[in-house]
Amino acid sequence: MNSIISIFKREFQSYFATPLAYVFLTIFLILSSYQTFANGFFESRQASLRIFFSNMPILFILLVPAIAMRLWSEERKSKSIELLFTLPITTTQAVLGKFFAAWLMLFVALFLTFPIVISVAYLGTPDYGPIITGYVGSVLLAGSYLSISLFFSALTKNQVISFILSVVACGCFLYAGSPSILESLQNKLPINIIEIIESLSFISRFESIQRGVLQLRDISFFLVLGAGWLWATVVILEERKAE
Amino acid sequence: MINVYDLHKSFGSIIAVDGVSFSVKKGEVLGFLGPNGAGKSTTMKMLSCFLEPDSGYATINNCSTVTDSIGVRKNLGYLAENAPSYEEMNPYNFLKFICNIRNIKGTACKNAIEKVAHECAISNIMYQQIGTLSKGYKRRVGLAQALIHNPDVLILDEPTDGLDPNQKFEVRQLIKKLAPQKAIIISTHILEEVDSLCSRLIIIANGKILVDSTPNQLRKQEQGNLDEIFRKITTTLQGVNV
Repeated sequence: MNSIISIFKREFQSYFATPLAYVFLTIFLILSSYQTFANGFFESRQASLRIFFSNMPILFILLVPAIAMRLWSEERKSKSIELLFTLPITTTQAVLGKFFAAWLMLFVALFLTFPIVISVAYLGTPDYGPIITGYVGSVLLAGSYLSISLFFSALTKNQVISFILSVVACGCFLYAGSPSILESLQNKLPINIIEIIESLSFISRFESIQRGVLQLRDISFFLVLGAGWLWATVVILEERKAE
Repeated sequence: MINVYDLHKSFGSIIAVDGVSFSVKKGEVLGFLGPNGAGKSTTMKMLSCFLEPDSGYATINNCSTVTDSIGVRKNLGYLAENAPSYEEMNPYNFLKFICNIRNIKGTACKNAIEKVAHECAISNIMYQQIGTLSKGYKRRVGLAQALIHNPDVLILDEPTDGLDPNQKFEVRQLIKKLAPQKAIIISTHILEEVDSLCSRLIIIANGKILVDSTPNQLRKQEQGNLDEIFRKITTTLQGVNV
């Protein structure tokens, strides 16, 4: 536990040691608010954050890989991975420390969107249930994207390659269940495979959480998926840390 | 303290280390010599548990590198080639991070940092970003990292590379001072360093140990200075008689 906390602290502080944290937070806050107001926050005449949350899946697709890409790629490039893995820590501890540091960063970003909650509270009487579940869903979704991106960061020392692969992989998970994709696959694949693809999709689960329906199976889906990718990250690092 | 049993490691079709065995006792400084690509760094990486050997194993303080790598890493100070560190940090925070991971806390941590900063002569740059430091300072920060927990075993991959003559002298003095209490392996290209520092030397080429002797013994046996002997031994093996 001590090792996880040490890695976590170093990693979280290093976001703020470079302009990365500030650039990330500023861009996230600008884009998330801009999308909300541009997509009819006032026109809908509802005291709800539905529009605000509905942008999160797309926004995170670009921004989560952006903060995750350096986590392992940079260690590989600067060779500090050799320092890290000759300290008395296990690969799992290192992966978890880094994951939680980046997750906290995303949590901070989401927390800083609180003025929009104050705005709807000032303008009307919102139902706080969907707002809370919306935030829970966003944190879970961000964690899933993050674990995918962490895996691709561990694959390569090139941050750009890691970013592109992460965006594509996150995009696949997001859009897997969209009707147009399922329709196009309908004639080509057997029905049970299509059902599996559909069930892996982020969007339908995120939408139901965001509507206020917090089901155990949706929460466990995100948690299990995240854990799976983290496990894969540990495996890939143990196999190829020296390459 | 260090026992190495028949280590093998290949990368694809390239055999990097081919049956290396030796042991180092407390108080010994072993110089690890060899041309580039001889397998020095690979052997050191296996001893520090960064690489897993294809076969064979090593024990450090009775912990096996294969079955108890965490135990090995606790007892070991390792300076990797080119002394990698986190460039966005300053040496103080970097050493504090190493202390935290090694479970050195509170005043013990403060004292340990002060001690190694003094030993490695980095007290004056403790709050400068590591990325902005010169090569010599970076290497000494790396050395400080390896010494901070006062390990029984030190493995240093080219510890004096990039230092100026004064700094080289200081680092050698430091290693000499530490030597009686520890088992130390250093790899180097500088043969005078072996003479001034090492109580034993191993010459390795193409992954195999060619010589395991002391500098004086080798000189007597081969008749010549170490430079010539080194060239003779390593080039005949590669089939390039010079």
